[in-house]
Amino acid sequence: MNLEFTPEEVAFREEVRNFIEANYPKHLGDTGLREDLAREDFVAWHKVLGEKGWSVPAWPEQYGGTGWTPTQRYIWSEENARVNALMPLPFGVSMVGPVIYTFGNEEQKAQHLPGIRSGETWWCQGYSEPGAGSDLASLKTTAVRDGDHYVINGQKTWTTLAQYADWGFFLCRTDPDAAKPQEGISFILLDMNTPGVEVRPIKLIDGGYEVNETWLTDVRVPVENLVGEENKGWTYAKFLLAHERSGIAGVARSKRGVEKLREIAGSEMLDGEPLMSDLDFARKVSQLEIDLAALEITELRTLAGEQAGKGPGPESSILKIKGTEIQQRLTELTLEAVGSYGTPLYGNIANVPGDAGSNQYPIGPDYAQHAASTYFNMRKTSIYGGSNEIQRNIITKMILGL
Amino acid sequence: MDFNFTEEQDMVRDGLTRMVRENYDWDTRRGVVASEAGWRPEVWAQLAELGILGMPFSEDDGGFGGGAVDSMVVMEEFGKGLVVEPFVPTVVCAGGFLKHAGTAAQKEEHIGAIVDGSRVFAFAYAEPRGRYDYANLETTAKKSGGDYVLNGHKSVVIGAPWASHLIVTARTSGERTDKQGISVFVVDKSADGVVTRDYPTVDGRHASEVYFENVSVPAEALIGEEGNALPLIERVTDEAIAAQCAEACGAMKVAHTMTVEYSRQRKQFGVPIGKFQVLQHRMVDMYTEYEQSVSLTYLATLRLDADERTRKLAVSAAKVRLGQAAHHIGQEAIQIHGGMGMTDELAIGAYFKRLTIFDSEFGNVDHHMKRHIALS
Ligand SMILES: Cc1cc2nc3c(=O)[nH]c(=O)nc-3n(C[C@H](O)[C@H](O)[C@H](O)COP(=O)(O)OP(=O)(O)OC[C@H]3O[C@@H](n4cnc5c(N)ncnc54)[C@H](O)[C@@H]3O)c2cc1C
Ligand SMILES: Cc1cc2nc3c(=O)[nH]c(=O)nc-3n(C[C@H](O)[C@H](O)[C@H](O)COP(=O)(O)OP(=O)(O)OC[C@H]3O[C@@H](n4cnc5c(N)ncnc54)[C@H](O)[C@@H]3O)c2cc1C
Repeated sequence: MNLEFTPEEVAFREEVRNFIEANYPKHLGDTGLREDLAREDFVAWHKVLGEKGWSVPAWPEQYGGTGWTPTQRYIWSEENARVNALMPLPFGVSMVGPVIYTFGNEEQKAQHLPGIRSGETWWCQGYSEPGAGSDLASLKTTAVRDGDHYVINGQKTWTTLAQYADWGFFLCRTDPDAAKPQEGISFILLDMNTPGVEVRPIKLIDGGYEVNETWLTDVRVPVENLVGEENKGWTYAKFLLAHERSGIAGVARSKRGVEKLREIAGSEMLDGEPLMSDLDFARKVSQLEIDLAALEITELRTLAGEQAGKGPGPESSILKIKGTEIQQRLTELTLEAVGSYGTPLYGNIANVPGDAGSNQYPIGPDYAQHAASTYFNMRKTSIYGGSNEIQRNIITKMILGL
Repeated sequence: MDFNFTEEQDMVRDGLTRMVRENYDWDTRRGVVASEAGWRPEVWAQLAELGILGMPFSEDDGGFGGGAVDSMVVMEEFGKGLVVEPFVPTVVCAGGFLKHAGTAAQKEEHIGAIVDGSRVFAFAYAEPRGRYDYANLETTAKKSGGDYVLNGHKSVVIGAPWASHLIVTARTSGERTDKQGISVFVVDKSADGVVTRDYPTVDGRHASEVYFENVSVPAEALIGEEGNALPLIERVTDEAIAAQCAEACGAMKVAHTMTVEYSRQRKQFGVPIGKFQVLQHRMVDMYTEYEQSVSLTYLATLRLDADERTRKLAVSAAKVRLGQAAHHIGQEAIQIHGGMGMTDELAIGAYFKRLTIFDSEFGNVDHHMKRHIALS
């Protein structure tokens, strides 16, 4: 056993770091502190990566992947996290892309994979419904065959960033009489500009609009947009969820977050000393780092398993649970570190009495400005992507055999 | 031992419950919080009319002769409705300073105006580099003739946009962290040189950064003894903490009830999610933490007039336990609500946010744990 990187991997890290240094769009800055990002911002780095051939590192080489080993991919994500780079959204790259190249037909691959690689096409995920959250298989949106079209009716919800999306991948019920709820569901690609698709924003507790309700009324979709076989969508959805989960651990980003936290706690003062030298606070930061180290090695072990040909299995639920708990603890500690300057509401504060006309101004140190909203926002991570309760249920059944 | 409330206290509670229900249904609160004013002077007037603003003052001072338990009753109801009107800054803080240390003339001038609702206060004590330490003060008040001249910057002064007057802590002598040399002043917010930058807060209130630029106040603005205000500040802020603990209890109670209710109604896998034992036990833990919080809030409130050490131990115990419980209950409430908990539309998110910010007011868990250790 050996934890050290090989000389080749060290050289690879160097290459990656130099590339990021030279090419990461400077105007994006440290995106870990920003919430006012627009579609162009997300796409900016993706485009550069697409040109370099690095936008879909994990894909098979024949579809434009890099052929990097899991370790190289890991180094890649670490180096991006170092500058808090705004990474390509997962919906295209890590979710629908792998489904299309694994289960899609040649036309679908030709039509969709290039846009995902280049960042030109923005995807969203249409799984959840008001009545179908954790119990996803109970979804009700229907797709009824009518000649060479499906006619889709129903309501999806929590569709992340659908307001920017060109395409979505939707789970729809194509056989309402199937014996089990998991059967009779199909995986359909939907052009979001099709008539009958209506996207309504939902405001979240952090004040942002990242999710939407998506209403589908007599939406006509060509049957060519069915991926794989009709009524087999659940298989593809599960395949995709395992991919979604492994990305969710967010180790590299949390490591960067801990560094930032140390910086903040180095500036904040307690009794005339930096907060970071306070034993109570330092203990909490170290606890976080210890948990993060455990998660990191667990993820590397999972990666090594993948390298040896094992797909991400139920162990990825461990990564999801611990990864999100750490992210939440990290943002909570960051909020604690900034003290009372976590209290002001930043962002859209046009209605400020006595200051009409001016939109925003900084209150307190820069690093405090998003501490509260980020903490509020990160509560989502233990809810989405299969809630942490559901992950524990998976481990209960699949690993413990209970 | 007696944990019962008096008949009058029960009546006050009933009246307030009704008032909060009428004025603070969720949609109305959302509208108020998002409005330019961010509060409702008419609700304040109604509170004055109900006698709520005069409750903790003695009859001699123009109040109704109540005390900390009365404030507790009020604040718990406010917590249930997430009321934003500045009862703590005005009645508990400013009222506390005046009650304990005001001269007859100061009481005469201010308490009546608090009781009838015509004067609203904010308490400007925190500074950007002070972090929960009332003695770590850069704001100065220099004697100049018969006046004091104030200079400094106070941060996140809750309720200041609505206030007509400020209670300000400032250093009249000594070095930045000395425990001596601290004084308290009452300052008219419209005085020359008081500059404010107002903003909303994440938990639905409004606050200001307050700058004092050569603000001249007369000698009569000094409350209590010059240079010896730290014990007074600690006493008043302990009273404020006890009041806010009661508020947090109210908010926790509602957050817990809403969560249990939601878990009864929300069905997944063909059953209400409240049937899942893993969620049941977690709601039991929330409930247990709430009950423990109520107990320590009683303890803190009933010890406010005890000797200094007893008082501080009780108040810090409450602040530690409630800080932890507030985080725990808020987080679990969101988790059990699933995606719905993340929306701005549902009230539960607002309870979560208020409970989050509660911890950082008047000293967080670590701060009060240290104070508890130091006294033990
Ligand atoms: C910010 C955000 C972004 C999202 N983005 C997307 C997206 O892009 N596309 C998409 O399709 N969906 C998305 N989702 C939806 C997400 O996948 C669901 O919120 C999630 O599956 C949980 O479903 P729910 O919200 O209906 O909660 P519910 O299923 O109602 O769960 C409520 C609570 O009950 C618990 N619970 C439920 N069942 C069990 C059980 N059997 N055992 C124990 N506990 C249980 C849950 O863990 C949770 O704590 C997003 C959600 C959020 C919050
Ligand atoms: C030191 C000691 C002294 C005792 N003294 C006495 C005595 O004087 N007289 C006497 O009559 N008995 C006595 N007991 C027995 C005691 O009451 C039992 O141990 C207890 O009721 C638990 O039963 P069990 O050991 O069979 O565990 P089990 O009932 O088999 O439980 C095993 C585990 O499963 C959990 N569990 C069981 N049911 C549920 C459920 N529905 N939901 C969730 N979790 C569940 C339990 O909490 C426990 O963690 C004593 C036990 C001990 C250890």
